[in-house]
Amino acid sequence: MKLSGAEIFIESLKREGVKYLFGIPGGAVIDLHDALYKQDYIKFILTRHEQAAVHMADGYARATGKPGVALVTSGPGATNTITGLATAYMDSVPIVVFTGQVPTPLIGNDAFQEADIVGMSRPCTKYNFLVKDVNELTKTIKKAFYIATTGRPGPVLIDFPKDIQVAKAEFKYPETIHIRGYNPTYHGNPKQIKKVVKAIVNSKKPLLYVGGGAIISEAHKEIHTLAKKLQIPVFTTLMGIGAFPEDDELSLGMAGMHGTFRANMAVQYCDMLISIGARFDDRVTGKVSEFAPYAKVVHIDIDPTSISKNIEVDYPLVGDAKLVLQDMLPLFDEYSTVNWKEARKPWLDQINKWKNEHKLAYNKETEEIVPQYVIEKLAELTKSEDPIISTEVGQHQMWVAQFYTFKKPRRLLTSGGLGTMGYGFPAGIGAKFGFDNKQVYVIAGDGSFQMNVQELATIAAYNKPVKIIIMNNGYLGMVRQWQQLFYGRRYSNTVLDVQPDFVKLAESYGIKAHRIRKKDEVIDALEELVNYKKPYLLDVVIAREENVYPMVPAGASLDNMLLT
Amino acid sequence: MKRIYSIIVENESGVLSRVANLFSARGYNIESLSVAPIDEEGLSRMTIVTEGNEQVLEQIGKQLNKLIDVIKVIQFGDEPFVEREMALIKMHTDRNTRAEVLRIVDIFRGKVVDVSHDSYTIEVTGDSTKIDAILSLLEPLGIKELARTGKVAMIREKKR
Repeated sequence: MKLSGAEIFIESLKREGVKYLFGIPGGAVIDLHDALYKQDYIKFILTRHEQAAVHMADGYARATGKPGVALVTSGPGATNTITGLATAYMDSVPIVVFTGQVPTPLIGNDAFQEADIVGMSRPCTKYNFLVKDVNELTKTIKKAFYIATTGRPGPVLIDFPKDIQVAKAEFKYPETIHIRGYNPTYHGNPKQIKKVVKAIVNSKKPLLYVGGGAIISEAHKEIHTLAKKLQIPVFTTLMGIGAFPEDDELSLGMAGMHGTFRANMAVQYCDMLISIGARFDDRVTGKVSEFAPYAKVVHIDIDPTSISKNIEVDYPLVGDAKLVLQDMLPLFDEYSTVNWKEARKPWLDQINKWKNEHKLAYNKETEEIVPQYVIEKLAELTKSEDPIISTEVGQHQMWVAQFYTFKKPRRLLTSGGLGTMGYGFPAGIGAKFGFDNKQVYVIAGDGSFQMNVQELATIAAYNKPVKIIIMNNGYLGMVRQWQQLFYGRRYSNTVLDVQPDFVKLAESYGIKAHRIRKKDEVIDALEELVNYKKPYLLDVVIAREENVYPMVPAGASLDNMLLT
Repeated sequence: MKRIYSIIVENESGVLSRVANLFSARGYNIESLSVAPIDEEGLSRMTIVTEGNEQVLEQIGKQLNKLIDVIKVIQFGDEPFVEREMALIKMHTDRNTRAEVLRIVDIFRGKVVDVSHDSYTIEVTGDSTKIDAILSLLEPLGIKELARTGKVAMIREKKR
């Protein structure tokens, strides 16, 4: 029996196990929505902006590890997805975005709501397709999911013209797919693995540098084994947070621009830096020429283009982090007679010294609310419930990275690479659809929250108990901090002097909300937020000019930290 | 440092844009580019000449390999290879220059492919230095129009 393109679309998504589609309908996808109406396996989540729909798919994917899917219309619907695609591309998130397109005979004619989305999205997708023939549809969808989820994952876009949605074809979903130009390397070169093992064993001051790739490949157990076995201290990048338990004695927290003193010092004095699924981003390395000056560098990454891109690497190792480590770990058995605790003592003693100097701190003697206190208290209150934390971008994002103790992977959703304000709230909503039984806390700034504030309607409509905490300082705080420190306190265009009343705003959507201004209100307010069974917004008026420290000024080396 | 990449790609719409974007997005320049289908169905060969330091060239090679539509990347470096380029050169000619132009064309084993009262169109093939050489000799005689293809290249087979 022949099915229409729209029906094939539904059947194909079912085969891929897609349960949710995030998006907004429009003229060019009306046939797809008609097909969605006639079934109940796939739930369509109606958002209020297409950018938010893509971030929701992204948050769903980061939290669950399964691909997130969005469906939007042509033209403006499609162009609104660009920021979401670029965000997912920078952080290697598997999402598939379907855009409606004008009928094929009209493509290129400047038809109503036509946009060359394939051309526009090419630089910010891993791959994209224009479906030109309904007979190619199943193969295209299969390829899209395959490309999005394998190798170094990333966003894939399928542009789906209206006439193809109604054209008919036999439905036969391919079991497997082979793309001749696409063969990611999963297993590391055995000889190189042996070399790396030897180099690690012979080093005196090794350090593990764990990035988002470790979370994507789910290598956290292997990393834990390696660190524990050889007593190697570990720091993570922002994207790697959760790949190693932050309450472990070997954890140094995050390194980089707002990294901990101990982590940054360890980088600068280690003699062996073992990078797993990280890409030596400038926010981590600081001044590249002075980064880890005494270290030999091992770089394990599935993407060969990441290796030796920013810094020269001594031991490149292309492969999937988990599989490479699985191949590597047994090779250390040969050295099982070594007492690693003993051998590592001088290095760990040094690390412990750094740990006790310049600990992450904040002023505890205030009447005002300092944001770090709120995050620390939230971490304490939610210790047992293993929640997902989603952040926007800015100061509050760094405070979460510093003061919330993450112990498991996929618990922090944050836009690391692109730094997209407006990401956190919709991403948190997406994660909530993935995990109905898990608490999701969105920690936002008052600036970034307003970039996708319209999604309050979405959580109200679906009654998703997402909990929002706004760190409200009336500034675009991170830029203001730079202006204070490096631009002579000239607060050029960073003062948000007109703000909505966030409490009334939430209430107008039927969402419960509350505002606090004093430190002694924090615990009660957080308890109410944690225990409330429906969506909740807490507007926390914080000390206006609180800064994120430590801070490595842009372009300085990592041991050049401003500490207070 | 100059480098020639010969890449085998899927013959699909958007491929050229993907390759070109790889260069432009990173601020690398393409010096010449030629594309044509090869005998295996659905595939094309692109020959790209670019310039950069060792690190840039290594990145370009890796990035080309990473493109899903790129099936094979051959970099021409140390191994001996053959490179060719073709040029069509339209010359102003008159009674005084006609013989001289023909002599030069003959020396470079070029061909006259079109003639009019006051022009010759010449076809010449060779490596870039040869094309540069004939152009420098013809220049003073009056070049009217010039079309050069990009380079194409192939590794030389090992001699027994």
